[in-house]
Amino acid sequence: MSRPMNHLLAALAFVSLAASAFAQEAAPLAEDPVVEQRLIHIATELRCLVCQNESLAGSQAPLAQDLRREVRNLIKDGNSDQQVKDFLVSRYGDFVLYRPQVKPVTYVLWVGPFVLLIVGIAALVNYLRRRSRQVVDTPLSDEERLRAENLLKENQP
Amino acid sequence: MNKFMLPLIVFFALVALLAVGLTLNPREVPSPLIGKPAPDFVLPLLQDPTKTVTQKEMLGKVWLLNVWASWCPSCREEHPVFNEYAKRPDAVPIIGLNWKDKREDGLRWLARFGDPYTASAYDNDGRVGINFGVYGAPETFLIDRNGVIRYKKIGTVTPEVLEKEILPEVRKWSQ
Repeated sequence: MSRPMNHLLAALAFVSLAASAFAQEAAPLAEDPVVEQRLIHIATELRCLVCQNESLAGSQAPLAQDLRREVRNLIKDGNSDQQVKDFLVSRYGDFVLYRPQVKPVTYVLWVGPFVLLIVGIAALVNYLRRRSRQVVDTPLSDEERLRAENLLKENQP
Repeated sequence: MNKFMLPLIVFFALVALLAVGLTLNPREVPSPLIGKPAPDFVLPLLQDPTKTVTQKEMLGKVWLLNVWASWCPSCREEHPVFNEYAKRPDAVPIIGLNWKDKREDGLRWLARFGDPYTASAYDNDGRVGINFGVYGAPETFLIDRNGVIRYKKIGTVTPEVLEKEILPEVRKWSQ
């Protein structure tokens, strides 16, 4: 075997070794699949406060990682999903919930769109009714009918 | 005339609504902890891991908790404000919470930019920060004699914020 070939093989061996070393370094994320499953289930409904349009499950912000760690520990300690959410709400407020609770402060949020929809439909119905009253049927006179028929005939081949 | 009045009113109502929305800062999330007891904590000192600073030993005093980190540019911006404030004879104690930082970085930062803190707590894993509902440094809390959180500032404390927002609260709760 030629010398360059040897070098190449050695390099390849080194690269594959390094790769396997990295593979081991990537810590076993799902050490407990059940906990991880519940973590993801809860975290997709929670807002990451650093990047506010991302969920806690999807965010790579350091705080989100810390909060996932806390949630993971809470799950391991046997807390229910609701208890985990309460833990975060008591610290960060309702804003962390992507699905806000129904209570007096959020009534407008929950009912508002439906009220707007009903108002819109009522306005539309009202408008259409008024317009149909304005358009009065006036029958064609014989002369007009003849003209219309002639016009229609003209276009026929 | 009447026909155009209603859409015009609706239009201006919408403009007013959006104008208010534009002036709100989405980063200023109201804290549910205002009016609630400050979370209990026992943390090692930044300068000396064998000693601790606790929430309980501050009971009976009105004090400020300033959350900072060496990786946080806004903390650097507000730091001179606290340096100046700490020199005043009527200044209340400021506890620094060094949050999610490396100890040596935090110490170097204080050596370089000055240390206005009565004590510096070292919160390496950010747990105490989470208990305080911190989601980004800098944040500043005002805690009253009974250990109740009375005020929270999210973001940089400028001289204006100190004079117009924080100090009136300090005076109010010191009475």
